[in-house]
Amino acid sequence: MIPDSWVELWEVVIRNKLRTFLTASGVFWGMFMLVLMLGFGNGLRVGVQKAMGGRWATNAVYIWGGRTTMPYKGLQPGRSIDYDQSDIPALMSEVRGLEHLAPRNQLGGYRNGVNVVHAGNATNISVSGDFPSFAEVMPRVMEKGRWINELDMAELRKNAVLGHAAYEQLFERGEDPIGAYVTVNGVAFQVVGLFRSPQTGDRGDREEMALHVPFTTFNNAFNQGDRVGWFAATARPDVAASDLEAGIRRVLAERHQIHPDDRQAIGGYNSQEEFERVENLFAGIRGLVWIVGTATLLSGVVGVSNILLITVRERTSEIGVRRALGATQLGVVWMIVQEALLLTSVAGYSGLVVGVAALELAAYYVGEGNETMGPPTIDLSVALSAVVVLVIGGLFAGVIPARRAAAIHPVEALRS
Amino acid sequence: MIRLSRINKYYQVGGHPLHVLKDLDLEVRTGEMVAIMGSSGSGKSTLLNILGILDAYDDGEYWLGDTLVKGLSERQAAAYRNRFLGFVFQSFHLLPFKNAVENVALPLYYQGINRRKRNAMAMDYLERVGLKDWAEHLPSEMSGGQKQRVAIARALVGQPRLILADEPTGALDSVTSHEIMDLLKDVNGQGITVVIVTHETDVAAECSRTVRLVDGQFEGVA
Repeated sequence: MIPDSWVELWEVVIRNKLRTFLTASGVFWGMFMLVLMLGFGNGLRVGVQKAMGGRWATNAVYIWGGRTTMPYKGLQPGRSIDYDQSDIPALMSEVRGLEHLAPRNQLGGYRNGVNVVHAGNATNISVSGDFPSFAEVMPRVMEKGRWINELDMAELRKNAVLGHAAYEQLFERGEDPIGAYVTVNGVAFQVVGLFRSPQTGDRGDREEMALHVPFTTFNNAFNQGDRVGWFAATARPDVAASDLEAGIRRVLAERHQIHPDDRQAIGGYNSQEEFERVENLFAGIRGLVWIVGTATLLSGVVGVSNILLITVRERTSEIGVRRALGATQLGVVWMIVQEALLLTSVAGYSGLVVGVAALELAAYYVGEGNETMGPPTIDLSVALSAVVVLVIGGLFAGVIPARRAAAIHPVEALRS
Repeated sequence: MIRLSRINKYYQVGGHPLHVLKDLDLEVRTGEMVAIMGSSGSGKSTLLNILGILDAYDDGEYWLGDTLVKGLSERQAAAYRNRFLGFVFQSFHLLPFKNAVENVALPLYYQGINRRKRNAMAMDYLERVGLKDWAEHLPSEMSGGQKQRVAIARALVGQPRLILADEPTGALDSVTSHEIMDLLKDVNGQGITVVIVTHETDVAAECSRTVRLVDGQFEGVA
């Protein structure tokens, strides 16, 4: 059974449509905007995160050879540092916090490509020799076929994995690259896999303009001996990328007779700084959404309070009559507070529903998203707690006007 | 029914106490219909508010039936108003968003009577004032006389001991005024005590007794 006071409340609300609408619309708008902002804030975060390529940006370390600048153990400065395969087990066993190690060699040097030919099509892409573990350092999405495996390494198979952008340059549209041959510096490789980069934008395109062949095959086919061009590595989740880089440097410096303070001899980069920058960016987005969101909610609540105050003034005579007919002060207070609660919760919930619907619509048009904007989404728990906050706000919004209403003296209210 | 003894009321005006009601004594017997007359500023509104338990007095005693109305809590005052009194105002004071029957039923809402029962009772009283066919109409769709009839039905529905009317005909033309006075006399004829505050002599003439208030004292009583 619905309590009589609710029916009375409902009648007051429903028979004063304009007043109800004005009160509710402030809250509705506040809630709607909050949901939209939280949603688009989320979308922005997801979009940026995606552009950074997931964990790739967060814990990777790259180490390459340089030239010594300090004399050490009787060796002259100016010595060029080259790594070889004997460094691999040493790094694996001695560096603390190392998760994956991917030694690499590349034709043409860093960010330079070589000509790759298939059926009369030629394009300039990067060609590298890689360990199977490279896919752990730099995640790939296999579109077709497979990634390099241990058997390719052991048997020096002339297999290759092709990036999607490179495939588009070399093959006709719709042509199946698996099993086809591509020629690099006169050496033919059979394509066994086609991949896409999980990253979006320029960075993703650059990663896809690549041909990966087994490391052992690469060194054999292109006369690299047991040279290692550079190392890509990832840190365990509990280890900072900067600490991992320091660990790798220490081990390599010892093995190659490099002065511990010689920064130039070993080239290195870690993504710690980038990681922190991204973290700060996300924290900034979150902070902004919260500040603006709280302000919006607050303004909604203040709006309700404000309109209820005007309402109370307008209802002075009604409240006077109710008092004369037997309403207590507390009854009048409760009446106003209940009205505020009803309006804020109904309007807040509608704002939530419409806001979520708008987000769904936006998500439909944004689709997978691009470099800066992912599909906008909202956490259900976040949305519901916003409603709870709003209702509590409504309670407070009702208190000030209700106190004003309680202070109305029936004598004065009925004199007019 | 009403016994006032040595009622005094002061208002603070600009820091000075203004003595509004001065040692008022008044007795109204059950079934009487009394007019209180007085020019503006005589204290008649203040007296009505005290009688209506809408305002407190400073000293003296106010007996309503066998109940001493003094030093009441806000909640008690509200309950007494609801159970003992019925109000009729010059400007009707019907709630504009409620129809006639709902307006009449409002005092019963504060008695905690359920909806169906109070609407039935309200309908009964609307019929008594001859407005059964107007039950579903809003006050804005009614004439002044009809509104005052609804207000009288509302005053009666709680079965009060006393009806307090503040210039009940002040906003009505002479013909309608007459009808309303007839209705109030009917009510009185059923044994309900009626006190009317007015400044119109022909309204007072319809009552069984008239008391005149001048500067906070009853004329001729002292």
